[in-house]
Amino acid sequence: MKIVVCIKQVPDTTDVKINPETNTLIREGVVSIINPFDMYAIEEAVRLKERFGGEAIVVTMGPPQAIDVLREAISLGIDKAIHLSDRAFAGSDTWATSRILAKAIEKIGGCDMIICGKQASDGDTAQVGPGIAAHLDLPQATYVRRIDSIHLDTTPRIMVVERLLEEGYELLEVELPALITVVKEINEPRLPSLRGKMAARKAEIPSWSNKDLNIDENQIGLKGSPTQVIKIFTPPPKPGGQILQGEPEEITSKLVEEIKDLL
Amino acid sequence: MSGIKVILDKCVGCGLCLKVCPVDAIKLVDKKAVIDLDKCTLCGACPDSCKFEAIIIEREKVIVKDDLSQYKGVWVFAEQRDGVIASVVFELLNKARQLAQGLGTYVGAVLLGDKVSEKAQELIYRGADKVFLIDSPGLSHYTSENYTKAISGLVGKYKPEIILAGATTTGRSLVSRIAVGIYAGLTADCTGLDIDPERKILIQTRPAFGGNIMAQIISPNFRPQMATVRHKVMPESENNPQAKGEIIKETFDEATRDNRIKFLDFIKETITTVNLAEADIIVSGGRGLQEQKNFSLIEELAETLGAAVGSSRACVDAGWIPYSHQVGQTGRTVCPKIYIACGISGQIQHLVGMQSSKLIIAINKDPDAPIFKVANYCIVGDLFKVVPLLIKKFREIHAK
Repeated sequence: MKIVVCIKQVPDTTDVKINPETNTLIREGVVSIINPFDMYAIEEAVRLKERFGGEAIVVTMGPPQAIDVLREAISLGIDKAIHLSDRAFAGSDTWATSRILAKAIEKIGGCDMIICGKQASDGDTAQVGPGIAAHLDLPQATYVRRIDSIHLDTTPRIMVVERLLEEGYELLEVELPALITVVKEINEPRLPSLRGKMAARKAEIPSWSNKDLNIDENQIGLKGSPTQVIKIFTPPPKPGGQILQGEPEEITSKLVEEIKDLL
Repeated sequence: MSGIKVILDKCVGCGLCLKVCPVDAIKLVDKKAVIDLDKCTLCGACPDSCKFEAIIIEREKVIVKDDLSQYKGVWVFAEQRDGVIASVVFELLNKARQLAQGLGTYVGAVLLGDKVSEKAQELIYRGADKVFLIDSPGLSHYTSENYTKAISGLVGKYKPEIILAGATTTGRSLVSRIAVGIYAGLTADCTGLDIDPERKILIQTRPAFGGNIMAQIISPNFRPQMATVRHKVMPESENNPQAKGEIIKETFDEATRDNRIKFLDFIKETITTVNLAEADIIVSGGRGLQEQKNFSLIEELAETLGAAVGSSRACVDAGWIPYSHQVGQTGRTVCPKIYIACGISGQIQHLVGMQSSKLIIAINKDPDAPIFKVANYCIVGDLFKVVPLLIKKFREIHAK
């Protein structure tokens, strides 16, 4: 199987602190990590490769420093990495980003499965995965919590996946090639191995610009993005809450009294 | 090419922009901000942070190919499962009415499914002027591919100005796919929607970074303007059985049905009957419960209130409760009317998943627990004493 995993470099939120006076994020000194959901995508790709043979490739789009997450992915068992980097990509919204990633997957060629995390922890949109599937006209299964079975000897080749919904899950039969986005429940990511770390250090990671992808400049970057951010602001801080302290009997009565009309 | 620049005459070197840059691309050189263009992703955070308007993002002019004025109507995707319309749809219809009034246009609802015709009338009672109905065996269960095909067809034919969908697992997956095919702007997970009275465009407000930052987003040159909207942020529209509307029936061409994905089964799997996304009240338990059997306390309080059960990551990792109940960054984002956190300390990863809730009640032994920073009512005390008392008192109220 040839599997492509799309990952994103995001600021580590375990590191994020809020400035109590201004109620803004303190981003200074925050390190970047692989988007937490992408860790499950990487692990799933490595497991599939181990089971069925083939190759797992990781792709990210981002500024030069994003190469760090590609190396980390290799340390976790991924075979190859490709970095999509070009100033012309900057400012891409989810439409343009999925266009660029889709074009890269097309250029890689012959992919049986594309795996993404369900969403990125900074933007929280969950739009890029289905976007890639749409650009490539592939079937998609989002929020996958388990791949029940894969049948590579049937025509067409199919897999059965469990897709997590609000009230349970649905079972879907999906023809390959396909794109899935995965949730945390799907697996438990491994730690990097010593061999993986060596491979990560030595790996030569090609960087593809738009010269390599050759996408119409009207479809990428700020210009190709239908959405525009017009304002970013910090929500007004919540007024401090009411502190109820003392005898449980007393404070519970007070609370029940205050909120009973809302029930 | 589009780009970003610092107007040196205006920059005073205050350094505010350095603090907001998520990719660390700005440095002060000789008391002026200098942007490293290799690192910059043009995210738009710094121009807004600058009090002196010294940073501007220049956009190349987009050539608008289409006549935008031909797009009319505010549409709502009427998500349903087994003929039951999701409650978020009624919230959207209410909002759509407001937006349609601002634009002087109609409210449309898009209803897809198999044997769902009678639901069209319900949508009219709930505020739709027109219902676009496709009733077909091929659409009996949601699959992104076929629903995308059907709705994109309607969009091409009737050209709506705005499309709203609930930010549900279905809504988010579906409209992402539609937006790509029709080249439209899509904003995820909005908590605010307004019409700019001058430009007559949709201003979409959404939280990013788990609600620590809000962003306003527009798609001025593309139509329709699309957004997914969070549950419980807007009130539901009222049911008016006198309301009149038009039902427009369209067909789904079974021959073009995409069979690459097949729905096999749906398995219900929550320990309570109330689902997290639609719940008005959520009772959540954390590590403070100490062991699995104590989770029954949370379930009991939830049952008393008709609430859904949530959990912090710690309890899910410990195997006390299924992952589908996890609230927070790697779980679900929720915003109920009331969120009751019992024995949850409030790590940032949990807070980002629930801090938009309208009323937050936190019960924790530790007066310095971070959960109290976002709570409206901070109960400092032992949950094993407090929760049983709450159960008892709420029951008394219900009994009355």
